[in-house]
Amino acid sequence: MCGIAGLFSKSSLFEQRLGDHLSDMLIQMADRGPDSAGVAFYRNPAPVGSSKLTLFSPEPGYDWELIAGELSKAFGGTHGPEVRASHAVIVVDTDADDAGRWVIDNHPELRVMSAGESIEIYKEKGDPRQFVERFGLRELSATHALGHTRMATESIVTTEHSHPFSTGLDLCLVHNGSLCNHNRLREELRREGVTIQTDNDSEVAAAYLTWKMREGASLTEALEAGLDDLDGFFTFAVGTADGFAVLRDPIACKPAVMSESDEWVAMASEYRAIAVLPGAADARVWEPDPGQVYIWEKEKV
Amino acid sequence: MGNVEQTIELVDLAETTIRELNQRLHDVADGEPQHWRITHPSGLHAIGAGINAPLEIDIDGHVGYYCAGMNKEATLRIHGSAGVGLAENIMSGAVIVDGDASQSVGATGRGGLIVVRGNAAARCGISMKGVNIVVEGNVGHLSGFMAQKGALVVCGDAGEALGDSIYETHIYVRGSVTELGADCIEKDFKEFHTAELTGLLAQADIDADPTEFKRYGSARELYNFSIDNADAY
Repeated sequence: MCGIAGLFSKSSLFEQRLGDHLSDMLIQMADRGPDSAGVAFYRNPAPVGSSKLTLFSPEPGYDWELIAGELSKAFGGTHGPEVRASHAVIVVDTDADDAGRWVIDNHPELRVMSAGESIEIYKEKGDPRQFVERFGLRELSATHALGHTRMATESIVTTEHSHPFSTGLDLCLVHNGSLCNHNRLREELRREGVTIQTDNDSEVAAAYLTWKMREGASLTEALEAGLDDLDGFFTFAVGTADGFAVLRDPIACKPAVMSESDEWVAMASEYRAIAVLPGAADARVWEPDPGQVYIWEKEKV
Repeated sequence: MGNVEQTIELVDLAETTIRELNQRLHDVADGEPQHWRITHPSGLHAIGAGINAPLEIDIDGHVGYYCAGMNKEATLRIHGSAGVGLAENIMSGAVIVDGDASQSVGATGRGGLIVVRGNAAARCGISMKGVNIVVEGNVGHLSGFMAQKGALVVCGDAGEALGDSIYETHIYVRGSVTELGADCIEKDFKEFHTAELTGLLAQADIDADPTEFKRYGSARELYNFSIDNADAY
């Protein structure tokens, strides 16, 4: 199975409570994916010239202050780590690629979960309800966010194999379904220089979008190309710095519901995850058509 | 019996569990309220599954998967939209949805009537075996797949592979059909079909002109193995 929840705020007031509402949605999807849970929040953009990393350490009580100190020594600036359970968000005074590379080279014990301007990814194996509380997700504000609850089929259950998968700056993907041609596609994408960290099928879909967009495709074009190149079942939700997109494969075995009110746009695997949102009873509800890209983006200032 | 004044039983699913509700619906005896109103369905699954009594049930809001599954005799009115597998294997009675319905409406249904006032998604009437389904809007791909008996009326458009591998269900579509499935062809209206379609539109309370519909059914080429098709295997 697996469960997906996506939430996009249409008002600054709603942004303040987005973490609370996405947490409610995720808990409704807990039965669809009890193996692990994860979220991507788009919030607090790093200042111009800086970037934001989300790092993961399996080691309890990891010394994040030390890493933050080393990063500020390497790139200047002083930003403390914001620690949530096994993850820490650190703002670095350099571009995201350089910062990510530095972590990989100097601290191979850490995993870079996401890098970019505003993305923060938190994910962990275990029950989604406990995940929400452990990571204090309810207090987070955000312009938009995606969540995933996983029932594993194609690869093992670890934190690294949990969704969302991020293979490019500020880009992430969550997936309900399974892909058949991921092994060959993974090799092709690696030859193209795209970094793929696990043997998970969904990460290949994320990497495919990263590659397409690196080649100049828009998110919509990359997703439409995926209809031909990704063989399998899927409902995807894809997050970017500006918004999120939804795509179902043409056979459409995997569910998806969308809804829009004056305050928010939401998507989920099932309506019960939308029913918990304020104003859901009066919101427009519809099922996204198979093979069609749906996209919401905040207006560029 | 002899109870002229009808009382309505109210159930709030914000306070009552699905199991408790369904058990009560299964246990309704003569003389108890036959009219029920269910509030806060909130997309929950299996609401009103397995009813076996002529109850009148109104549901205020959107329901989740498998609402009214296996229904016998009851009439359920859903004042909202429905999730996957609405009225799956319905035996008799009626299920009316004011909004849209997700995929596999009335799958394997053996009798009764399903009305969807909005659109129905993919696989509407898949393997239907005698239920009548009337959709005021559109239906998605693979609707009427392997449909055996009963009628599927679509007042809007139908998606890809309509009536693929169909047996003897009658399909009526007013709008466009993206593509007919294997062994599904357009067929002439006989007097029986006009009467059937007129009757179903009236039952569904839909004001539509039966002459605007086209009828589709089985070419009956897939019924038996044909030696001419041996190369295809």
